Amino acid sequence: MAVVRKKINEIKFGVFSPKMIRKLSSTRIYTPNTYDEDGYPVEGGLMDPRLGVIDPGIRCKTCGGRLGECKGHFGNIELIRPVIHVGYAKEVYNLLRMTCRSCSRLLLTEDELKQYDIENIRDFEREDIEKTAMKVSNSEKKCPHCEAEQKKIKFVRPYSYYEGEDKLLVTDVKERFGKIIDNDLKYLHMEIRPEWMTLETIPVLPITTRPSITLESADRSEDDLTHKLVDILRINQRLEENINSGAPQLIIEDLWALLQYHVATYFDNGITGIPPSRHRSGRPLKTIAQRLKSKEGRFRKNLSGKRVNFSARTVISPDPNLSINEVAVPELIALELTVPEEVSDRNIEGLRKLVLNGPKKHPGVHYVITEEGRRRVMDENKEFIAENLKIGDLVERHIDDGDIGIFNRQPSLHRISMMAHHIKVLPYNTLRMNTAVCAPYNADFDGDEMNLHIPQLEEAVAEAETLMKVQECIMSPRYGKAIMGGRHDHVSGMYLLTKKGDRFSRVDALKLVRDIIPLPKNKKSFTGKELFSLLLPDDLNLIYKAKLCRKCDKCRMEECPDEAYVKIENGELKSGIIDTEGLSGTLLNELFFHYGSDLTRIFIDKSTKMSIRAIMTYGFSVGVDEEDLPREALEKIRKLVRGAEDRVDELIQSYNKDELKTIPGRSLKESLEDKIMGVLGKARNEAGSIAEEYIPQNNASIMARTGARGNMLNLTQMAILLPFNGR
Amino acid sequence: MIERDIPESIADRLESMDKNKRKEFLDSYHKALVEPGEAVGTIAAQSIGEPGTQMTLRTFHYAGVVELSVPLGLPRLIEIIDARRNPKDPRMIIHLEKDIRKDEKKANEMAKKLLEVFLPDICDMKIDVKNNQLRIETNDEDIKKVLMKYTEDETGGDVYVIEKESLYDLKKIQNKLAKKRIRGVKGIKKVFIRKEGDEYVLYTNGSNMKVVYGMSGIDKKRIISNDIRQIYETFGVEAGRNIIVNEAVKVLEDQDLDVDIRHIMLVADQMTVTGEIQAVGRQGISGSKESVLARASFEETEKHILMAGLRGEVDTLDGVPENIIIGQPIPIGTGMVKLAIKSSLAPKKPIEGKKETAGENKVLDGKVSDVKKKIEKLDSADYKALIEAEKKGENRKTLLKWLESQID
Repeated sequence: MAVVRKKINEIKFGVFSPKMIRKLSSTRIYTPNTYDEDGYPVEGGLMDPRLGVIDPGIRCKTCGGRLGECKGHFGNIELIRPVIHVGYAKEVYNLLRMTCRSCSRLLLTEDELKQYDIENIRDFEREDIEKTAMKVSNSEKKCPHCEAEQKKIKFVRPYSYYEGEDKLLVTDVKERFGKIIDNDLKYLHMEIRPEWMTLETIPVLPITTRPSITLESADRSEDDLTHKLVDILRINQRLEENINSGAPQLIIEDLWALLQYHVATYFDNGITGIPPSRHRSGRPLKTIAQRLKSKEGRFRKNLSGKRVNFSARTVISPDPNLSINEVAVPELIALELTVPEEVSDRNIEGLRKLVLNGPKKHPGVHYVITEEGRRRVMDENKEFIAENLKIGDLVERHIDDGDIGIFNRQPSLHRISMMAHHIKVLPYNTLRMNTAVCAPYNADFDGDEMNLHIPQLEEAVAEAETLMKVQECIMSPRYGKAIMGGRHDHVSGMYLLTKKGDRFSRVDALKLVRDIIPLPKNKKSFTGKELFSLLLPDDLNLIYKAKLCRKCDKCRMEECPDEAYVKIENGELKSGIIDTEGLSGTLLNELFFHYGSDLTRIFIDKSTKMSIRAIMTYGFSVGVDEEDLPREALEKIRKLVRGAEDRVDELIQSYNKDELKTIPGRSLKESLEDKIMGVLGKARNEAGSIAEEYIPQNNASIMARTGARGNMLNLTQMAILLPFNGR
Repeated sequence: MIERDIPESIADRLESMDKNKRKEFLDSYHKALVEPGEAVGTIAAQSIGEPGTQMTLRTFHYAGVVELSVPLGLPRLIEIIDARRNPKDPRMIIHLEKDIRKDEKKANEMAKKLLEVFLPDICDMKIDVKNNQLRIETNDEDIKKVLMKYTEDETGGDVYVIEKESLYDLKKIQNKLAKKRIRGVKGIKKVFIRKEGDEYVLYTNGSNMKVVYGMSGIDKKRIISNDIRQIYETFGVEAGRNIIVNEAVKVLEDQDLDVDIRHIMLVADQMTVTGEIQAVGRQGISGSKESVLARASFEETEKHILMAGLRGEVDTLDGVPENIIIGQPIPIGTGMVKLAIKSSLAPKKPIEGKKETAGENKVLDGKVSDVKKKIEKLDSADYKALIEAEKKGENRKTLLKWLESQID
């Protein structure tokens, strides 16, 4: 399939000159009326047919295109009096201060200017130049070129300027700017003529960018920008009439200011200092700046973030029988999502069968793209299309087992919040996944929903499969260790299975491993360690310490009473038990780095399955009595607590007697609090270590010590009856 | 094995290894290398950001340890990344010089020297409303020196009286005096002495690296502050970079969050490349991006676009956000590779599955526009034969139409 890649090399920004605005304009807009009595657009109005088409069936008067073909054309409004472009109001002010009021030269002596290389002014140099130039006018000195006295210029937000007491008219500003020589502008990094920062004509956006909506009641509702332009035209017209009839200067200036206001709000309706322009209903108008700005604006809503097709979303649920690489997709979704496949002599028969299934039966087809174009496959024409299927055609078929989909859960905080899965189409209505991949997505099944995207190009599919597939993401880039692997019950189960003790008869062993891995022939009974070893590659040699390890001063190696010393020799688990360190720690790392992602994936799939079976045969439950301590321990703790209480009493007494030694930098009361907390904290810690010593080997402690769930602290604090302070 | 891209620092060690060990070493070295085009910055950001979401609520305080709690958690991390000028909780750890570090008395003296003391801390200051007087009672020489400037009254000995016409003026002077630092180092609000091993170490609340570093009696090699800007100003950028890394690691470690230090180092490097410390954000790194579109999509959209117009800026579309905006492949990872094949090297054999063009009509080979030219050059073309040949061959619609039109 040919991929068309448009290439934009660069984008240059600039400001339109009045000449350019007129050149781009398809028509001059001069009347504030939009439609006549018959509902047709008025020529020279804002809905002039030369500006483009928004109604079906009409051809554009400029380019002859129909709706969709014609992208619209600019118009322009000739302003009777020039106004300031609000966006550049501050720049206009700065430039006024930097140039001479009579000769318009930059207020720097030739010598000063010579210090700089005009072709290569750097940003900080520009700032220097600006500062020196402004100093001259701020301190009312003379122009170094024409000796004219400078005056201090005041800027009144948002767009008026005063020179001394006199107001500077926009026409004056324009005149001054017109005299600035191009060479001076280079020092200021100005690539445009400064007089363009005042507007004598403004562009009218094509109607395609401000379409009017026809309501049910057949009323037309205009876009905010159109409303704004009508305002501008109205004032413009009134200003013209007044000037022509020789109205007093005062009235003209008022109208001029009003024109300035409307043009300003046309660009930005959120300027501080002036009231926002409002719709009849009282809602502030959304003008150009508002369309671009902030989260809901064009940039962040439509340009940086885009909506996609070929995606699905629904509730997720677990399925331990799937591989971590797979995602189960409900048939209902599979009927909607398609992937394009090119017809070749190898797949033409298969695709023909799919076409014959039509769009409503699962492995079916929605569209066939031939040289004539795209044709929708329907029950009525499927036979015909199937018959005429040719090599080179594209068939948009339903997704099916083995296709690649990108699975995602929001918030997408890291790259592993989006991973590629193989699709498996299954009945029922949820997206399903292996529980070992919950960790990277941070998903649970209390109603979470997830998204699925189907890549449409072969390149995209290949890339997703080699870079984004779950098995390639087992190692987290965050800390270089595995993020997937057995957790919770997988760990408890594997601990129960691999600890010393039970032997399984062949029948019992089969119950644990059937469908997972074949048992070696001619062997009557198995230990749990032997069963687990079946999952390991034959040449694996590894020694590590399990999570269980107490970190004794002198390691007793194979004799470890907790079996924390894990030794794997030639793929045989010789000693030690498998806990988190095995299912998602050191062992998994070793597998990934030396045997690759395929084997690691298989290990995760199988080890989790096997451990679940193990925990089901052993049974595993936890109750309150797991936290019970022997009387001896309770006695010790009680003694300890009593001792601590006595100490606290003593402290309080010495506080009352003012005998307490203050901790430097604290008040007496704070010192007391600190000391009491110190005593109590110490008591709690000691009680905790007593509890830890006495806590029996039971399911709760297995979970804590193997790293399945919770930690020793949780357990001991429950045991010593410490409430959790609501935490 | 490629050995030329091995850094010098380990090349020596490689020499001393035997063959097998060397191979194993190089294997894992190459495995650990980041591939060209990998979005390391994005991954670093994600690696720090993602655990950040879990941080806030997961603070479990072990009360009771009489010790300085260091400012930690998400707010502190944000502070570091933003390179704030005035951190909320500046602190210093000061070790003492060799000969006095075991002397508790000397340590106490040092602490006294450091601690800033304000006038009202060590004297009585009262306003006598009846007489419109401010009375200050003190026997401290330093205070007396300060007070000299405010009053001529020297007779009172330990009592100074300042008279003013209105109560308002008195209050003003009182407030002014209350802020007068009499002794100590500016900014050092509290000093604690802790015994570590057999030496005494000073911990302070508040930090003033520049002044403290210049004081005598201090071990200049073991003085540290958690104020990034101060470290940068006294010791330079490299020290600034290191303190950013150390502080960030401290925060993350405290929360038991496992983040590889390289991610933090990358962020710290980026914050300090220019030679001074830049914040990550609109004021710093993100605001100084080259691309107009990238800046416009980040913050202050209109401002950036307007200024770009004025300066005639050119966006060369080299970054990720720009290319997303205009809908082109992004220059990262696989999108960064530019690879083309010379037409002379392209496989000549037609790809299987496509039918061969009719052999006798070489005229029909090539692009449609070329074929048209070729046929036009022929003196007398048998259009019908050509149509047949094309139908058997590539069956190009446009060409067929054109051929048919030529018959007429």
